[in-house]
Amino acid sequence: MADERLKSLTSMLARHGILVAFILFMIGFTIANQRFLGLDNVLGVIRSSAILGVMALGVTFVVVSGNLDLSVGSMMSFSTIVVLDLHDKLGPSMAIPAMFAMTMALGAFIGFLVGYLKLNSLIVTLGMLSAIHGLTLTYSGGKNMDIVDKSGTWFSVFGQGAIFGIPVPVLMFGLLAVVLTVILAKTPFGRKVYAVGGNGTAATFSGIPRARVVFMTYIISSFCVATAGLIQASRSLGSQNTVGQGLELDVLAAVILGGASLLGGSGTVFKTVIGVLILGFIQNGLLLVGLQFYVQYVVTWVIIILAVWLDIAAKRGRLWSPIA
Amino acid sequence: MIAQKPALRLEGIVKTFPGVRALDGVSFEVMPGEVHALLGENGAGKSTLMKVLGGIYQPDDGTIFIDEAPVTMGSPLDAKAKGVVFIHQELSLADELSVAENIYLGELPTKSFGRVDWDSLHSNSAAILKRLNCKFTPQTIVGDLSIANKQMVEIARALTVDAKAVIFDEPTASLTDAEKVVLFDIISDLSRQGVGIVYISHRMDEIFTISTKISVLRDGEYRGSLATAETNEDEVTQLMIGRSLDLGQKVEHAQTGKVAIEVRNLSCGSLYHDVSFKVRSGEVVGFYGLVGAGRTEIAETLFGLRNPTDGTIHLDGEEVRIHSPVDAIRHGISLVPEDRKGQGLVLGMNCRDNMTLPQVADLTAGPFVSDGAEIAIFDQYRDKLAIKTPSWRQRVGNLSGGNQQKIVIGKWLSMAPKVLIVDEPTRGIDVGSKSEIHNLIRDLAKQGYAVIVISSEMPEVLRVSDRVVAMFHGEIIREFTSEEVTEDNLVQAISGIRSDKVA
Ligand SMILES: Nc1ncnc2c1ncn2[C@@H]1O[C@H](COP(=O)(O)OP(=O)(O)OP(=O)(O)O)[C@@H](O)[C@H]1O
Ligand SMILES: [Mg+2]
Repeated sequence: MADERLKSLTSMLARHGILVAFILFMIGFTIANQRFLGLDNVLGVIRSSAILGVMALGVTFVVVSGNLDLSVGSMMSFSTIVVLDLHDKLGPSMAIPAMFAMTMALGAFIGFLVGYLKLNSLIVTLGMLSAIHGLTLTYSGGKNMDIVDKSGTWFSVFGQGAIFGIPVPVLMFGLLAVVLTVILAKTPFGRKVYAVGGNGTAATFSGIPRARVVFMTYIISSFCVATAGLIQASRSLGSQNTVGQGLELDVLAAVILGGASLLGGSGTVFKTVIGVLILGFIQNGLLLVGLQFYVQYVVTWVIIILAVWLDIAAKRGRLWSPIA
Repeated sequence: MIAQKPALRLEGIVKTFPGVRALDGVSFEVMPGEVHALLGENGAGKSTLMKVLGGIYQPDDGTIFIDEAPVTMGSPLDAKAKGVVFIHQELSLADELSVAENIYLGELPTKSFGRVDWDSLHSNSAAILKRLNCKFTPQTIVGDLSIANKQMVEIARALTVDAKAVIFDEPTASLTDAEKVVLFDIISDLSRQGVGIVYISHRMDEIFTISTKISVLRDGEYRGSLATAETNEDEVTQLMIGRSLDLGQKVEHAQTGKVAIEVRNLSCGSLYHDVSFKVRSGEVVGFYGLVGAGRTEIAETLFGLRNPTDGTIHLDGEEVRIHSPVDAIRHGISLVPEDRKGQGLVLGMNCRDNMTLPQVADLTAGPFVSDGAEIAIFDQYRDKLAIKTPSWRQRVGNLSGGNQQKIVIGKWLSMAPKVLIVDEPTRGIDVGSKSEIHNLIRDLAKQGYAVIVISSEMPEVLRVSDRVVAMFHGEIIREFTSEEVTEDNLVQAISGIRSDKVA
């Protein structure tokens, strides 16, 4: 009897392990600091997670298809610098589409290398991480990029505006999350992404054009990066060449925290959103609890490892098992 | 004979998975030196029972005894240490490692400071391979071996310890007849040494050749045991599926129509050479030959997975070029591939999604995949093929081996192809379903499909084919009509004895 109950509990945990971990964190932090769950704080966290979140949505497609994208951080710097530069040269309404086109061209290039030439995605995107950084520096001449007339542009709406009291970055994150959830979960393309990541050979034997599917995941990822760059540029209206540096690891952490397997074939956009929020709330919670900034780096990673371990432990129903 | 203690005994084993009662109080014992065949339909619980014994699953209830002393099997290594060795239905080798490393995986011999003792590793492995009559060296990388040879490595693993009991879970599914003979020798050898053998297979001929006792499982329950010498196939089938079957009988042949697919002088490097044949709609053509005769490679060429170096393919009289599976599917060609785990299925996906994968782009309502259309297809083929699963949501990886194979078959039947190619369609499928699938193939032919059946099982080829093409070393040796073909001339043809065509 008690055994039965334990069994249904573990199977519940197995399906929602990461959600349970999330709720536990939230309860813990709320006990430690009442302000934690206040509306202000919650909106603040989501808002500051939006850039990371938007990027993680796109990377989810790449990871589900069985690949990696480590170039998103430096690609985001590129987008930010380009759109700020073009803002003054072409005006915002031309600058934005131009920046999206340039960023997605980079995504297409990566997609070509990984999808059609079948090069290892870790190596390709690690290389692109520094190559794009070089490209950004060449473009900007190494200088910071600033919009001249900061108060006279509607461009600031993407980063600083709000509709019905909800910050625009949060709205964009939410909207993109919904659209991408639908694409991954409900369309034939989404199904193909899972198949390619789950077993590429079987996908080929099922008449799925593997190269094209992989190519498309990088297009989606670069679209998300461009969106993140837009928010970043619009929020500060000026930027260094290195704004996105290091973000690729946080993005990957959020995706994995959401339960996507690095081997491909599993993960959902919704779970990635949860992963992003966990990461955001942990960092915020630690700050509210009063931990010093640099201790956070360590604690964050300890918590991530714990969460991921609990998740797989719950999946197999015991803490350790000889077979995975 | 004096009364012996069983080498191995299982009592009241219960194992459940979400939605499935895989084993419901099963008791089973193996005497020393006995070759005990375990039979049952796909999903009856055979593999699960052996996995409990091999320490892979922990039973919910019940006890395992070795030499009448109760034991628990904590892990596969633990079971091996206690003398129970398991040769799996699905291969479980590390493709990147050498044969020797695979044989001694987890227990590599070491020298001081934990360094691997390569010399004794290689000499020990070589000795085992020699015993198995294997032609490859211990240094060969496993990934480079054929499926049959991989199976031999898996068997070699079992011979590294002093086993009390060795479990073979469908070991011959991908072995040639010659390799089978070697395997049977080994089994007799082990049995003479007093090792208890559990032998799972769906092939009655093998079971009657090798076993001394037969036990039957059905729906997770023990149904009874028979002494092999005192029973016959019919009685066993009765016990297994509750009715008898006549698998020897030839199925009825259909009217044939126009030529649906024609291959002219097709060659592909050293894989096959100057191959020509026609298949009419309404006709089933069997391709029979040894593993490695080039049959699978021809199928892969027709399905756009290989480019021919020479020759042409014609569909309905028109020459076509097939560069990819996408092209092949568009032309109405389906291929049920030979390796279900590697090529046929996405194991992490559910049953329904696997089955509808090739046509998912067409099963839409607006831009979205239509749940209803997918479930309708799944339900139809689940019933047609008697697929055993608690629901379409089950991960395919959790199905029994035979039910996985049925999902692959359903996947390609549901495409309603013009030309259906099936490569070893009934590998791992129980006798009842096997005859169902044979009937289904005949039904498809009757409806006007052109079907190519590649099989290494002679009775299967003889039973379903209107014509049989015999291949040897990448060449078509001879074509037989169903009237002229016999076991004897087929055996002769594929071993290359008909010397007029073999240089
Ligand atoms: N890991 C698992 N999770 C859920 N269900 C499982 C799992 N393993 C086995 N099953 C179910 O248990 C039942 C028995 O499976 P098992 O593999 O033992 O069958 P089998 O007799 O070996 O069949 P086959 O002849 O097809 O190999 C099946 O219904 C199968 O779907
Ligand atoms: Mg089995």
